[in-house]
Amino acid sequence: MSFNLFAISPIIALALTGFLVIGLSLVFSRISKSMLLIISLLGLAASAYFSLSLWNENALAFGGMVRADNFSLVFNVIFLIGAALSMMLAFSQHEGGYLLYAEFFAITAFATVGMMLMVASSNLLVIFLGLETLSISLYILVGIKRTEEKSLEAAFKYFLLGAFASGFLLYGIAFIYGSTGSLDLQEVANFISGTSIKDNPLMILGGLLIIVGLGFKVAMFPFHMWAPDVYQGAPTPITAFMSTGSKAAGFAAMLRVLFSTTDGTVSDWVTVLWVISVLTMFFGNIVALVQKNIKRMLAYSSIAHAGYILIGIVSWNQAGASSVVFYLLSYTFMNIGAFGVIAFLSTKEKEFIELEDFKGLGFQKPVIAIVMAIFMFSLAGLPPTAGFIGKFYLFSAAVKAGQIPLVILGVVNSMISVYYYLSVVVAMFMKQSDQKWPATGLISAVSLSLLLATAGTLGLGLFPSYWIEIFQKIVVSMI
Amino acid sequence: MEIPISYYLLLSGILFTIGVVGVLTRRNAIVVFMSIELMLNAVNLTLVAFSKQFNSLDGQIFVFFVMVVAAAEVAVGLALIVAIFRLKQTVSIDKINIMKW
Repeated sequence: MSFNLFAISPIIALALTGFLVIGLSLVFSRISKSMLLIISLLGLAASAYFSLSLWNENALAFGGMVRADNFSLVFNVIFLIGAALSMMLAFSQHEGGYLLYAEFFAITAFATVGMMLMVASSNLLVIFLGLETLSISLYILVGIKRTEEKSLEAAFKYFLLGAFASGFLLYGIAFIYGSTGSLDLQEVANFISGTSIKDNPLMILGGLLIIVGLGFKVAMFPFHMWAPDVYQGAPTPITAFMSTGSKAAGFAAMLRVLFSTTDGTVSDWVTVLWVISVLTMFFGNIVALVQKNIKRMLAYSSIAHAGYILIGIVSWNQAGASSVVFYLLSYTFMNIGAFGVIAFLSTKEKEFIELEDFKGLGFQKPVIAIVMAIFMFSLAGLPPTAGFIGKFYLFSAAVKAGQIPLVILGVVNSMISVYYYLSVVVAMFMKQSDQKWPATGLISAVSLSLLLATAGTLGLGLFPSYWIEIFQKIVVSMI
Repeated sequence: MEIPISYYLLLSGILFTIGVVGVLTRRNAIVVFMSIELMLNAVNLTLVAFSKQFNSLDGQIFVFFVMVVAAAEVAVGLALIVAIFRLKQTVSIDKINIMKW
């Protein structure tokens, strides 16, 4: 058995960055905030470099428990983009005062390590470890503003419900272990293909419990209760980070577990996920309609997006899996962008998070209003944005798989969602208000982050074919 | 006399259920937290039982990892509970509820 540290070099680079940042701030207590950002971004870049240099290597580490195949490397890059954009958002005037310490950068890096472990694992133990590394880091990040009641309350709820959900995940893993005798996904798959799953209630229960555990992380319908409160209470840059990163990690792990252990002939899984997908979409979209707080509205929209992404898993084909990857990448750009606009506008005293606050923004600050409109269009799935292409691929994969009713329900949901996304645009461009937005610095890390998110959202929307081709190749190995 | 595995599974199932019921019904954050720990330990019992049945170490190794993770979770969780108590002088779940839809 070899350790092959090269295969986990992206993870090592990131973990070392975290320690380095904390160490530096201990030794040089007057180290500047932008210095911390630059060091962290360099660390993220190093990790991305290592990820790309592993491309096509299919390296294994720790006796095959960690697998650096192209699928996990693409997700590494998605997580790194999310982490980098969110770190830059922390320079907003509202959050900068309490976020910009070494802890924030380090714990964000550690959370990203957890995400990478989750997607790189081919063993249930490593999935659990990655998920917990991610979760525990996120509990800290959500509650990082420990003088504010809302932030603490969000962290507290997230912590209790998260620990509760990981109990279920663990029990599921224990059952899978009990029924197959192994924790390795490949061996579990071999066992399943040799028997009829219907005779094995322990395994069905185990599979369902694992779906509960991962479904909690991606905010699927019956396990979504934490999402609105946590998204609203957490500092905006952290909401941006966790809403995109942990969703991507959860779905990647779900793809990995489901696709590598069962084949589409086990239609029971598909049926379960079909029902959850429909419920998730309807619940998220309908509750989002009545929200007046934009962060909370985006939380419900994020629940709805989990439902759309499940459509790709339900289609259970190559196109479905690759469209999930594409959608998660697009979602990273557009969702961080939407939260980024809030971070950009907010001042030290006031955070602009109510729908009311956005009234008339388009007349006073047309550029930022147009940027916000782009993200809203993308989230709603209107062309020419990444969100449109992503949804198009998801739905066409489902059509290929013959899931016509699901596609119809998905399209209906998209139309419902247009209402609440466009109500932000309407407030910005068609309502007047006397509100004065304070001047915000144009040249800052926050605007750079917004610029990149806009470029990503439009770039993926206008030139998707290159990425789609790559993503289709990387999922081949899994199906 | 060998104790059959179903006894272990039954016991851990009961423990897990007690934990779940505790999380859902108790209002004190610390007690809820203890119930979650009970759930994790029920899982540990299951893993050890299976491990013994298969004569493989995987399950027992897993238990060590679960313990480590649980310890890390306790550190963060108790810190959060202390921070909340300092701010609000209560750890009752019903009173930690300013955000609602």
